[in-house]
Amino acid sequence: MIQWGLRSASATVSTLAGADVTELTQANELRALAGKAGPLAEFCIMAMEDLKALHEAVINGDAKTARAITEKALAEGVEPLRLVNEFMVPAMDEVGRRFECNEYFVPELLLSARAMKSSLELIRPLLTAQGTQPVGRVVIGTVKGDLHDIGKNLVAAMLEGGGFEVIDLGVNVTPEKFVATVREKNANIVALSALLTTTMPAMKTTIEAIKEAGLRDKVTILVGGAPLTQKYADEIGADGFSDNAPGAAVLAKKKVASAA
Amino acid sequence: MHPFIQRLLTHGPVVTDGAWGTEMQARGLSGSEFPDAWNLSHPERVAEVARSYVRAGSRVILTNTFGANRLRLSHHDLAGQVAEINRSGVEISRQAAAGRAYVFASIGPSGKLLLSGETTPEELRLAFDEQAQALAAAGADALVVETMTDLEEALPAVKAAHATGLPVVACMVFDSGKDRDRTIMGTTPEQAAQALAEAGADVIGANCGVGIAGYVPVCQRLHAATDRPVWIKANAGLPELVDGKIVYRTTPQTFAGYAKALVAAGASFLGGCCGTNPEFIRALCHELRDARSTPGGG
Repeated sequence: MIQWGLRSASATVSTLAGADVTELTQANELRALAGKAGPLAEFCIMAMEDLKALHEAVINGDAKTARAITEKALAEGVEPLRLVNEFMVPAMDEVGRRFECNEYFVPELLLSARAMKSSLELIRPLLTAQGTQPVGRVVIGTVKGDLHDIGKNLVAAMLEGGGFEVIDLGVNVTPEKFVATVREKNANIVALSALLTTTMPAMKTTIEAIKEAGLRDKVTILVGGAPLTQKYADEIGADGFSDNAPGAAVLAKKKVASAA
Repeated sequence: MHPFIQRLLTHGPVVTDGAWGTEMQARGLSGSEFPDAWNLSHPERVAEVARSYVRAGSRVILTNTFGANRLRLSHHDLAGQVAEINRSGVEISRQAAAGRAYVFASIGPSGKLLLSGETTPEELRLAFDEQAQALAAAGADALVVETMTDLEEALPAVKAAHATGLPVVACMVFDSGKDRDRTIMGTTPEQAAQALAEAGADVIGANCGVGIAGYVPVCQRLHAATDRPVWIKANAGLPELVDGKIVYRTTPQTFAGYAKALVAAGASFLGGCCGTNPEFIRALCHELRDARSTPGGG
């Protein structure tokens, strides 16, 4: 993480200083050289270190720092999309990796997602103004008859952190509502959650409703929830299943990439 | 050990009950209906479920009050009937038990996540106090704080239960992490055992989860981490869709086949959660009876 940040800075400084700095790996060495190359290069180094801290802040779940750095970076003209793609999304990937390795659990996920969200609140308006499209558009909800939402909320947070636009329909959502929202928002992903054995069948009903509405080919359908299994997901005709929130975001990204 | 619990365990491990939700569904509860409301609208059918477990051999049955805390009841416009739903739940179980079984009243999670700010420790404590008091006043023999995933929520629930003076069982769901041995919040059996006992739990355990096999090592770890008796109520695996119907693949015989291993791992209370029914309880009783009658198996 640190290395490629420095490499970017190095490339810039190389150009400005007219020197080959590929041998330098310490920020302070770079800074010393940048000092000679002028204020623009100095600015590059400063921005690079601050942005590294943004990456760390997301991983550490430090929403305050993440927001502060984002604010500063945007004010100094750093490209908003660059912030997302080069620092924040990789941070969430790292969070997901730590979750897979038993280092992070729900509390850590929530804190990191919150830090990410905090920064995204500043970035999103700028991206919209630029006309940048999200990675994908997800309609998420807990199915009819089911009021459980902790898992759904976590998945929504992870998806947002991964660059998706998320339309959260809440709990006890009818198949009709899912269909209507997919159409209205032109979503390409539907994420269904259920926690009760007794409400799992509503997932199948929802998928059937999407088929009947002629929208099945337009969306990727992902399912999840404590009693869910890959087998059940296959049996009801879903496109994917994950038993954890970061996994859901990874899966969504994969599906979007393969559909592109 | 709490004297009541000690007396209960005099002759060895005790069989508790199985799932209520699916049993009520078999008697007409629809997929989107709130089970606890049946205490008021269909008490006779709830009583049938309770009786079926007593007949199957449960020496401890629970109550249809799993979701009857103010926070959950609000979602169903029943917040005004916290006392009534809890009281009738205990009364139904007591009548069904008719002196043949003890009634341990169920207290389930609030459905709100503290970490997301959806509730506060104070609000949780108030809601659990209200429920625990109602259950105790109605004559429950003990209270079971169950299916907890967040220690920060389980602790106010256990404290509220303990404040009634009744014995308290506290169990969590261990189904997450690489080895499926932690709660979704990352709590280990060791952490749970210590914190729950400190908060006043007399019995510590695990319920729900991904199946009974995985709960043998969890039971071992709970037993090693506490001097309190251990309570295990595992699921009959994870549900599948077969010919349009929800089916749990673990049979009563397979389920009961783990009884000896669980007892050897330190379990004092054995029962079932999602996917189980009176057949599972019968099979458990059978296994444990055999274990007791075999020399050296008691």
